[in-house]
Amino acid sequence: MSEPVKKRAGLFDLRYVLALLFAVYGVVLTVMGIAFTSQAGLDKAAGININLWAGLVMLAVGIVFALWARLRPIVVPAGTEPADDATGAGES
Amino acid sequence: MLFGAVRCVEVGLVHVLADANLRLDAGPVDYVLLGFYFVLVLGIGALARRSVSSSLDFFLSGRSMPAWVTGLAFISANLGAVEIFGMTANGAQYGVPTVHYYWIGAIPAMVFLGLVMMPFYYGSKVRSVPEFLLRRFGRFAHLVNSLSFAVAQVLIAGVNLYALALTINLLLGWPLWVSIIASAAIVLAYTTLGGLSAAIYNEVMQFFVIVAMLLPLTIVGLYKVGGWNGLVAKVTAANSDAAAQLHAWPGSNLTGIDNPVLSVIGLVFGLGFVLSFGYWTTNFAEVQRALSAKSMSAARRTPLIGAYPKTVIVLLIFIPGMIAAVISPELAAFKASGGTATNGVTYNDTIELLIRDLLPNGMLGVAITGLVAAFMAGMAASVSSFNTVFTYDLWQTYVVKDKPDEYYLRVGRLITIVGCLIAIGTAFIAGQFSNIMDYLQTLFGFFNAPLFATFLLGMFWKRMTPMAGGVGLIVGTASAVTVDVLNRSGVFTLSGQGGAFVAASVAFIMDIVISVLVTLVTAPKPDSELVGLVWSLTPRDSLRHSDTGENAGWYRKPVVLGVGVLVLAAVLNIIFW
Repeated sequence: MSEPVKKRAGLFDLRYVLALLFAVYGVVLTVMGIAFTSQAGLDKAAGININLWAGLVMLAVGIVFALWARLRPIVVPAGTEPADDATGAGES
Repeated sequence: MLFGAVRCVEVGLVHVLADANLRLDAGPVDYVLLGFYFVLVLGIGALARRSVSSSLDFFLSGRSMPAWVTGLAFISANLGAVEIFGMTANGAQYGVPTVHYYWIGAIPAMVFLGLVMMPFYYGSKVRSVPEFLLRRFGRFAHLVNSLSFAVAQVLIAGVNLYALALTINLLLGWPLWVSIIASAAIVLAYTTLGGLSAAIYNEVMQFFVIVAMLLPLTIVGLYKVGGWNGLVAKVTAANSDAAAQLHAWPGSNLTGIDNPVLSVIGLVFGLGFVLSFGYWTTNFAEVQRALSAKSMSAARRTPLIGAYPKTVIVLLIFIPGMIAAVISPELAAFKASGGTATNGVTYNDTIELLIRDLLPNGMLGVAITGLVAAFMAGMAASVSSFNTVFTYDLWQTYVVKDKPDEYYLRVGRLITIVGCLIAIGTAFIAGQFSNIMDYLQTLFGFFNAPLFATFLLGMFWKRMTPMAGGVGLIVGTASAVTVDVLNRSGVFTLSGQGGAFVAASVAFIMDIVISVLVTLVTAPKPDSELVGLVWSLTPRDSLRHSDTGENAGWYRKPVVLGVGVLVLAAVLNIIFW
């Protein structure tokens, strides 16, 4: 907190959070779609089992985020690269 | 926020009047999905806290965010619930012309921000939009803008909070005060802990949850009406002005201007140029997301990357709106009566009716989460930009200067709490005077149009004087308010959204005229103080971004991204012509 030296803690990878969100939502919805969606629920959605389909798509999205995070991990720049007021406006 | 606000003037009252027939049949599973979302939201706040070690970390994420994150947060900060309610309502009422709020009313401005203005913002290393005004025009314009922005954001946060509580009350039956305090506490928790990083990460997550709500609604809805052709047939059968609702241009039903040529001018100049450029390029709640990017290249790409989902997502907004107006019996009856029936629903209930009628338990929980997430992110965007402007632009600039950085970090956390408390108070007041609060929100929209005029002149005309900056802003805003009051009090009448377009256009023109006149009789700043702030005095090299390493590749070039999204919007315009 109060260290005088500016450290770059490197924020955690959001893609894993998104993967977790979609994995949990995907599993819940898929299970709902397979076993617990009433006929009334199916009729609402014009006969589409929207829970099942949405669940499967969300599972896939969750896996994509996890894979993306795995294959292209965040590279924490070495040293104090863009640290504070880098004067050259054009530099990265 | 702005465009939603134009529409949302009646949201408060209407919801109070509506019966309980919108109550959703939420089951345990739905609450589990909502609860899990809250856990992740707070978890992000707690995790983000570890990376906050300076005020720059807290207010600007330490300028460390990758472009895809800031890009999604950029549109997410705007894709709040007010926008979703307002734009699905526009879809139900006006049909296809709703797309103008996106393809004309957002995309060109976002491209302009990324290609032309961002080099000045990011390159000058300012920490806020008002700070740019301070450097360019000095204290007068700075104080006008910082104060109006801070007040507007904290009140908007309150309005958002109140709207959220009304929606939860309507959908789930929770008492108003429970929702107000619970949601304010959650937003407060993660914004004080993790600062802008937590707000931005949550905005990205919110974006995906909103898509997870809208996409199934659109698909199920389209299936139910028999696809796009079925929808066209039903709209044609139900409306005498079906042609206007099924074609984007000239959009006379949206503007309230019968003459097609004037209607197009109103859309292109009023909405597409003045309102939209004003909002997207000068509203700090938006620009802040780009300033948190980790490099000049990422900052320029922020609005450009955001522009792609922005272009496409309108399809998931106006199509469900149109579908609701033909398959929901209540809404269809309301529309057939020309908006005069009092059967307990209005256009503002469009999205709720669809969720209620189309989604079974399970997806219902995702949809409720999407709505709640949209409200909370809207409030968080206001709070996280308010605390930055208050701390850097008001407190540090005018009240307590030259303290160590930790002091301002503490002030930032403290003022976040104060801001949330004021928002809660505002929300309760809004419960008493909902029409006043909604009107205020529309009013704040008018701050942006003259601001854009001042920025445009200021960035490209080095002669423009500090005095002109301040006077122009005040006169411009006053003109917009005057036109709006005249329109409301019936001196002249523009139905639809035309009034807002005209008010903003007048504000823009007045700002330019007054700024030029004042400049001619006052003293400009010396050139040496304007380097990096004015186009002609800034070395071209310092506006460039690096194109090596992780900024390499043709698909990361801002110009390519910008032209690409303009082409996409143009093609979609032709398809829905």
